Parts: sequence; C-alpha cells; structure tokens
Amino acid sequence: MTTATPTASTLPYHETYTHQEHWRNQEDEFEGAKLGVWLFLTTEILLFSGMFCGYAILRIFYLEHFTAASAHYLNWKIGAANTAVLLISSFTVAMSVRAAQLNKQGQLIINLLISAVCGVIFLVVKLGWEYYPKYIHHELPGKNFAYADHTGAYIANASDPVFLAIYWVATAIHGFHVLVGVLLLLWVAWRAGKRHFGPKHYTAVENVGLYWHLVDLVWIFLFPLLYLV
Amino acid sequence: MTTIDASSGGVGAHAGEHHGASYLHRKGGFMVTVWDWATTIDHKKIGVMYMFATTFMFFLGGMFALMVRLELFTPTMTNDAGQIVGQLFANDVYNRMFTLHGVIMVFLFIIPAIPAAFGNFLLPIMLGAKDVAFPRLNLMSWYIYLFGATLAVVALIGGGVDTGWTFYTPYSITGTAMHQQVFLVTLAAFILGFSSIFTGLNFVVTVHKLRAPGMGWFDMPLFVWAIYATSLIQVLATPVLGITVLLLAIEQAFHIGIFDPALGGDPVLYQHFFWFYSHPAVYIMILPGMGIMSELVTVHARKRIFGYKAIAFSSLGIAAVSFIVWGHHLFTAQTAMANAIFSALTFFVAIPSAIKVFNWVATLYKSSIAFTTPMLYALGFMFTFTIGGVTGLFLATIATDINLHDTYFVVAHFHYVMMGGAGIALFGGMHHWWPKMFGKMYNERAGILGFFFVFVGFNTTFFIQFLMGSQGMPRRYATYIPEFEIYHQISTVGSWLLLIGFLIHLANFTHSLLKGPKAPRNPWGGLTLEWTTDSPPIEHNFHHEPVIHHGPYDYDDVVPPFCDEKDFPLPAPLKPGAAKH
Repeated sequence: MTTATPTASTLPYHETYTHQEHWRNQEDEFEGAKLGVWLFLTTEILLFSGMFCGYAILRIFYLEHFTAASAHYLNWKIGAANTAVLLISSFTVAMSVRAAQLNKQGQLIINLLISAVCGVIFLVVKLGWEYYPKYIHHELPGKNFAYADHTGAYIANASDPVFLAIYWVATAIHGFHVLVGVLLLLWVAWRAGKRHFGPKHYTAVENVGLYWHLVDLVWIFLFPLLYLV
Repeated sequence: MTTIDASSGGVGAHAGEHHGASYLHRKGGFMVTVWDWATTIDHKKIGVMYMFATTFMFFLGGMFALMVRLELFTPTMTNDAGQIVGQLFANDVYNRMFTLHGVIMVFLFIIPAIPAAFGNFLLPIMLGAKDVAFPRLNLMSWYIYLFGATLAVVALIGGGVDTGWTFYTPYSITGTAMHQQVFLVTLAAFILGFSSIFTGLNFVVTVHKLRAPGMGWFDMPLFVWAIYATSLIQVLATPVLGITVLLLAIEQAFHIGIFDPALGGDPVLYQHFFWFYSHPAVYIMILPGMGIMSELVTVHARKRIFGYKAIAFSSLGIAAVSFIVWGHHLFTAQTAMANAIFSALTFFVAIPSAIKVFNWVATLYKSSIAFTTPMLYALGFMFTFTIGGVTGLFLATIATDINLHDTYFVVAHFHYVMMGGAGIALFGGMHHWWPKMFGKMYNERAGILGFFFVFVGFNTTFFIQFLMGSQGMPRRYATYIPEFEIYHQISTVGSWLLLIGFLIHLANFTHSLLKGPKAPRNPWGGLTLEWTTDSPPIEHNFHHEPVIHHGPYDYDDVVPPFCDEKDFPLPAPLKPGAAKH
C-alpha cells in the first residue's frame, strides 16, 4: 500500500517477533512450545482414560442394563448433531493454521471465529437439549435419581444411576474442555485481529488448534461409547 | 581454590560488569523485594521458594509423626480400677494425626521437595540454560502448589480426616461430618496434581530443547537424567490421580455411586485408580534422590561415575516399570492370577535399583573419598536405601506378604525407602548445593554431627519396626499389646534423636545464612556446569552461554573449574606396562 520501506515500527507483530530471551532461536521456541502442548495433551488423554476405564469396568458389570440405559436416556440424534458440529470446527481450526502459514489474515480470523461458534453451538445443544431435560426429570446420578420414570414406560434398573454418573461426569468434564477451548479460540482470534500471527510466528494458533483437535477427539470416543453401543 | 581458570575467567570478568548481579541481590526495600520474589519468573527464586515451603511442610508433617510416636510410647490400657491409662490422644485424634502426617509428607513434602526445589534451581543451570522452557508456567505451578497446600492444610487441621492418605472407599465417602473434609482434601490433591504436571512438563521440554551447545544426551549430569525420568512419570501418572480424586470428590459431594458399592459402584476400581498413580508416585519420590546420589558420590569421591549409561538408563527403566506394578498394593483385593502377575512384575523393580547401587559402590572403589556431610549422607543412603529396597522384595513375595501385610514391617519398609532414601538424599543434596544456592558455607562439623543424629535416629526409629512387624504388630492402631512396649519405646526414642538431628541442621543452615563465610565458586571441585558460575549464581546464570568441552564426570582429565590443582590434582599417569599387572 505504501511505497516506503517498512520499518520495525510499521511491520506487524508477527514479522518483528523473535523469541523470548531464554530461547536460542525462534524455531526452538516454536518446537518447545509444541512439545509442551503435546505433553499436556498426553495428560488430557490419560485423564479421560480414567473415565473410559471406569466406564469399561462398570459396563462389564452391568452389560445389559447399560445398553438399555443408553437407549432410554440418551438420544443419539442429538449426539450425532454435536459430533458433526465438532468435526466442522476441527476442519476450520486446521484451515486457520494453514491461513496463518500463508499470511491470509482474513481467512485466519474467520476460521477461528467459525470454530468458536461451533463450540458454542455444541455447548448450547448440550445444555438445552440434554442437561436441562435430564435435570428436570431427575435423570441424575446419586441421591437425586428418580426410579419412577416421567414417561411411565421405562422401568429403571438399579445400575442406571451408575450409568448416568459416568455420562454426567464424562460429558461435564468434556464440556468444560469445550468451554475452555472456545475461550482460547476467541483469545487467538482477538490476537489475530491485532495481526499477531503470520508465516513466521503462529505458535498460539497451532497450539490452540492442537488442543481443540483433542477436545474433538475425546468426543469422537465418548459419542459411540455412551450413545451408540 | 581461588585461582581462576584463565580462559573462562578472563572473558567472564569483562562481560560480568553490567549484568552480573547475584539473583539474591535486592533491588530495593522490603516491599520491593517481596514483590520481586512474588512475581519472579527466575527458576532459581522459584526453586528457593519451593525449598522453604517444602521444608516447612517437612517440619509440620514431622511434628505429627512425633505426636504419633509419643502416643505409642505406652499402650492404652484399662487398669484394675477400670481407668484408661497410657492414652495421650483420643483414638480418632490419633487417626487424624497419622492421616495428616501421611498427606502432608506425601503430597506437600516429598513429591515436590526434590524436583520442584532442586530441579528448578539446578536443572537449567546444569544444562547451561538461562531458564526453564516456560518460566511463567513455572511461576503458575508454584502458586498452584501454594493454593493446594493451603487448602489441604486448612482442611486437615481445621476438621481433620481419619482415612489415611489413601482415602479408600467406601470408608472415605460415608456421609459423616469428618468425611465431608475428604472433599476438600481430595480437591487439594487434584489441584496439587496440576502443579506437579506443569513442573514435570516444563522440565521435559527444557531437557529436550535447552541443552547448551555441545551437550548431547550422554553429556548431561545424572541428576538431570533422574529428574527427566521423574518428570516423565509426573506427566504420565498424575492425570490418573487427577481423575481419581476428582471422582472421589464428586462422589463425596453428590453420592454418584462410581466407587460406592451401596449404589452399584466398585471400591476396588478406586484402589486400582489410586495406585495406578500412587505407585509411580513412589518413584517420583525416590528417583530424584537417586539423581542426587549420583552427583554426591562422584564429586565427593573425585572419581568418574562408574557405569554412566547404566545409571541413566536405569532411571528410565524404573520409570517404565513403575507403571506396571501397582497391583502389588492390592494383594488382598484381587484374583490369585493377578497377584501372581503383579508379584512377578514387582521383582523387576529390583533390577534397575540394584544397578544404581552397584554402580555407586563401584564408583567409590579406589576413589578419593572426602568425608564431608554430603558424602556421609550419600554413604548413609546406600545403607538405608538398600535395606528399604531389599525388604520390598519380602513384600512383593505373596507368600511372605500374607504375613507381613498391614504390619509395621510395611511401615518400616516404606520409611526406609522414602525417608532413608529420598529424605536422606535430599539432606545430602541440600548440604551439597547450599553454598551454590546462597553463596554461604555452613559449618562442616555441625553438619556431620547433625548427620550422625539423623542416621542413628532414623535407624533406631525404623529398624525396630521390621522386628515388630514380623512378629505381627499391625499398622494404624493407637495401642498394642504390652509385649510390644519395649519395641515402641525404642522407636519413639529414635524419633527424638531424628528431631535433634534436624534441629542441628536447621540451626546450622540458619547460622550459615546469617553469618556463614562466603562460598567459593566450586567448593567441592565439581565438574558440572553449576560449579562454573558464581555462588550464588547471577540472574542469567552464566556470564556467557557455556560451551561443553568435557563430560560431567571427567575427573581423570580435567582440573575442576575455579579450583587449584594443588587441591584437586589429576591422577598420576600409569607407568608403562602397569596395566598388565
């Protein structure tokens, strides 16, 4: 736009950024941050494996009842819709990383915002169509569980509260991760608006993207285990 | 010792003028200093803060141990007149005290003590880095620790929990008033887990990415290898504790039934979850101690470490094996087949542990041992850790474990490994690096005196417990049959000797901070990088980024930096043909 040679003060942040003082160069810093996030994702996987392991053991204990409880309490269509929403958001997050690498600032912001909106849709569906109806019908784990079903057509098994305990805790922990992910995506989008990211520097976009993929991946396992099998 | 190596000293003197202030240098008045420390991202300051916090926790947890021992000095009995005699505390108070001791010592002292205090201070310097990979995360990790520790201590002392540090269900989730506190304590354990994970994650990335130019994996000091292996366990095991205590807290608050058999849950699942973390956690505690050992043994014996790679890989070996042996905590709660498998797997732990001990002993062969306080602690470690390790095999053997299960034998075993291993190594390390951390020497005679009290006191306290346990004295009870009285009294007297030893160390260190003589850069003649920088180190650790020219233990080839050859002579070359004899 301007013919003058850009100086350090007019260049966007991502062009002038080098690295924090204790790193040797920008590449080391990027690789280090990425390694740190991968390790963090490992801890996330292990956290959720605790849930999956508990699910597996209790499912073996109460195989038929779990199947019946899944079919009765959960609507696979809602779960499938949310799965689709998350898959779309994962795609747009991947696109935003690509946009940062190619210095397409507009695409970067749009893709990040679409991903955040997808996360919000997921949470709204979860709260409005799943948690709220379950809450008012006492389909809750523990002492608030009502064995007398509101439809009158279903006879609850003694292990149903345990199934619901797994369902509520696993999806709530996952939902919390989605919420954190949305906030992170908005933060990255805000920084992208200030031209913080470009081909030379897109650490935060990459790492938030990695985190978002994991959140997506956990749901890919939760959905069939809770809703389908 | 005062002669400065010409090549590095000459360059360093020039560059050190403008940014060479010690990290302890005060920038202003009291409030400025407090703010400076509270917001610091300097790994050294964070390490020092951890050191003071964990030391405080050690004395707090130790105080409750002393009270437990005091209660056990005499058995509680009903005399002929029908009066209860020999009881110092009510039984439920006793239960709360041993829980306090366990929770504080495990979660607040021993897990963070070596990695977070010494690891933070030393790991970046030993690697020749300016800081850890994520300095701000490091500060956050410290505040998470502080928050979790405060929550735990307030919950424990405010209300008290009597479950033991393992919080076994269904006992811990009954709805009594005391067990409401379990919610807070497990929440605290969950929060502390984050601190542990972030510290571990930080160290792994630091080791991978911030080694000085020329430092390959096998040029790293063995302390770094041990911390690296520890960090891997912290990253891979702690999340499972996270989900376990989170579920337990939710269970306690809402009675959701995952672990509660009355609601269809499975209490054994809790035990599996708990020990899947807490067994590897045992190696989070001992591995850094082993790392300290490897440093003390070579530096104070002035000899190249024997079997460098064997020690390095055995650290990783212990880390790997630690994940597949948790079932030996459940010998009374699982099938015979599972018992047999876990028993067999448990024996594998002995292999890397023994490799380390043999290598340290071999390092001492024909070395030049200086009987300094750190060296005495290192020698003490070999003695006590070996007893602790070997008695572990008794417990891994199902046939003997049936008799020894839940007796004082188990108590003695894990105290020999934790206190006699990790604890003793920690005190050795503290003496070893104290001059570097604070730039002050301590009184060597007082240190040695303290060591003897600690060593004798420790063995008096715990060795007798092996004998008690093998004769059937069960754990956790506030009283016992009169036949065990003399054993318990010896043990309690030992605990007083331990206290005297620690008080001597405390006084010695306090005196050193206030009035100690200035420490030289390299008081012991070490070759690792922390000895090449100032005592205490400057804010950015090194005047120039160090370049590695020799291995960390090449005592045969190098006069230690900032040392005189008169004090640390190189070994005389062998005469021609001497090797043949």
